[in-house]
Amino acid sequence: MNIALSLHDLHKSFGATPIIRGVSLDVREGERHAIIGPNGAGKSTLFNLISGRTAPTSGTMALHGARIDGLPPYQINRRGLARSFQVTNLFPRLTVFENIRCSLLWSLGYRYNFWRRTDALADATERTEATLERIQMTAHRDTPAGVLTYAEQRALEIGITIAGDANVILLDEPTAGMSRSETDSAVALIRSVTQDRTLLIVEHDMGVVFDLADRISVLVYGKLIATDTPAAIRANEEVQAAYLGAAHA
Amino acid sequence: MSNTRRPLNALKIGTVALVALALLPHVPGLGSDFGRSLLSQMGIAVVFALSYNVLFGQTGLLSFGHAVFFGLGGYVAIHVMRAINHGLPLPMPLVPLAGAAGGLLCGLLLGAAMTRRAGTIFALISLGVGELVYAAMFMLPGYFGGEEGITASRTKGFALFGLDLGSQLAVYYLIAAWVLIAAGLMQAFARTPVGRMCFAVRDNAERAEFVGYDTHGVRCIAFAVGALFAGLAGGLHAINYEIVSADAVSAQRSGTVLLMAYIGGAGHFAGPILGAVTLTWLQTSLSGYTSAWLLYLGLFFVLTIRFAPGGLAGLILMHGPIFHTRSFRRVLASYGIALVPTLVMACGAVLLIEMSYRLSTQPELGSRMRLLGIAVDAASVWPWLAAVLMLAGGFLGFRGTWPRVASAWERASEEAGAHRAVEAS
Repeated sequence: MNIALSLHDLHKSFGATPIIRGVSLDVREGERHAIIGPNGAGKSTLFNLISGRTAPTSGTMALHGARIDGLPPYQINRRGLARSFQVTNLFPRLTVFENIRCSLLWSLGYRYNFWRRTDALADATERTEATLERIQMTAHRDTPAGVLTYAEQRALEIGITIAGDANVILLDEPTAGMSRSETDSAVALIRSVTQDRTLLIVEHDMGVVFDLADRISVLVYGKLIATDTPAAIRANEEVQAAYLGAAHA
Repeated sequence: MSNTRRPLNALKIGTVALVALALLPHVPGLGSDFGRSLLSQMGIAVVFALSYNVLFGQTGLLSFGHAVFFGLGGYVAIHVMRAINHGLPLPMPLVPLAGAAGGLLCGLLLGAAMTRRAGTIFALISLGVGELVYAAMFMLPGYFGGEEGITASRTKGFALFGLDLGSQLAVYYLIAAWVLIAAGLMQAFARTPVGRMCFAVRDNAERAEFVGYDTHGVRCIAFAVGALFAGLAGGLHAINYEIVSADAVSAQRSGTVLLMAYIGGAGHFAGPILGAVTLTWLQTSLSGYTSAWLLYLGLFFVLTIRFAPGGLAGLILMHGPIFHTRSFRRVLASYGIALVPTLVMACGAVLLIEMSYRLSTQPELGSRMRLLGIAVDAASVWPWLAAVLMLAGGFLGFRGTWPRVASAWERASEEAGAHRAVEAS
């Protein structure tokens, strides 16, 4: 089994406060891997480290075997990793169509091209339309992202993340703040758009986690206390004591 | 479908612009040398303001030092003109290209360092660089000529096909041709992949980094493109005035171009064009009537920020959705009614400003003056009373007519909304 993303003894401190305290994890290629843990466990910080938003204090990270620790976000993205954000993070004045298209220009190789008309790039248009179709936003293609409803913005957030060629996808609480039915359709969407890709997901909704994940890691106070299949995690006493018990109490 | 329609539209707009630019210097009132000189200034300002908006409206970079590239491009151009005067076999109409090259080179060199950060830091750095370059003008008088500047002739030298730039009309046509080329190229740049990414970086630089773009790289490219066209405008300036001096890079010029882009409307491509034309006209004509014209300019700017943050272009575009409704005529009528008290208010304000200005800054001219064709004595109490009454009365009247405008608008937008719903179903 190939390893898509490998973290080794990752540490992160803000000042004197350690947030991530030695995380080691191998995410297998093609799996859907969830990270759960109580509030303040460091899940979002871990995502920020992996995606290059902040640099780790020590430890190493490798994407498909190549080191990525210390790289800026755009370098990590170009190596095949894309992420979404817990707080919606779009291009608010651009249309839905433009949001998606801007998110795949680099991976289609157009980079800093300043001599071709973007509208004439058939592959960019095609890919954008296909992505819009997948996230079911075709009807809103000309709407500025800033005026969409919350659930629509969350869908677009996922669309921006998966539009490019990245084969490792990080989703940070994609269903946060959604109603039951919105969550259900979001899970279906995540399942379909991460087909044949590696997914690492932070999620609070245990229903979503146990439904979606092939494996689950439990993060408590900056350390992973367990990584296993959903059934084994559910039965793990340490996990129950540290997290599930508290959450279900 | 929009893909095939766009270039046709661009062609149509280009043709209309071409015809309009060709006919303008023969329109009554603009047919004089003064009119043609005014049009030439407007053309230079249009290119400069559009180049500013590549930074501001498109990439979200608020620069207080954009004149640096206008001026440096202008200096390169004027030196090339001198070389032509001394026998360099280059046709004069191509001199703006030298300005553009100068602007681009300086833009790349300075921009690489300046665009590392966006937001407030960039704004402050641009202010500092502007001051720095202005100071350097006086430290290197050999190249920049200090206060007096560098002069050259646009008529002396190699003439291509017997074309010469002796008349203001010929200069105007040269400038108009470059305006068309520059505007077309900047519009095209906005549609390229990196041009689209400028908008994305403006909206959300962080997210752009997470879809593979180095935002410093994108900002740097936008900055270089803006500097290129600012340099081209500087080259046109060199041809038009046959002199470039330190004021070409001054903070005041940097401020003016910001006002043009903002008042015209930075959110739309045509906004800076409107702003450049309006402000150049105000500068040249208003300054002939009143010494308080800078104050009026400031007032105009403040009112725009407060009441029309989208600028003139935003005000016009706002009417797009209701233009075809039946209530649109009602909206226009309500504007007409609201205009009356607005004019009264404005007259009151002008009267107050002009009388205060006369008494405080030009007492040697005496207190008797003519305003709006009426003889006024600023030493007497009556005109002051009248001015205050007009200001207050106009304001109250305006407040009274505003609900009429609001209700006409509401009706029209309701109608437009209903119309859209019918179309969608």
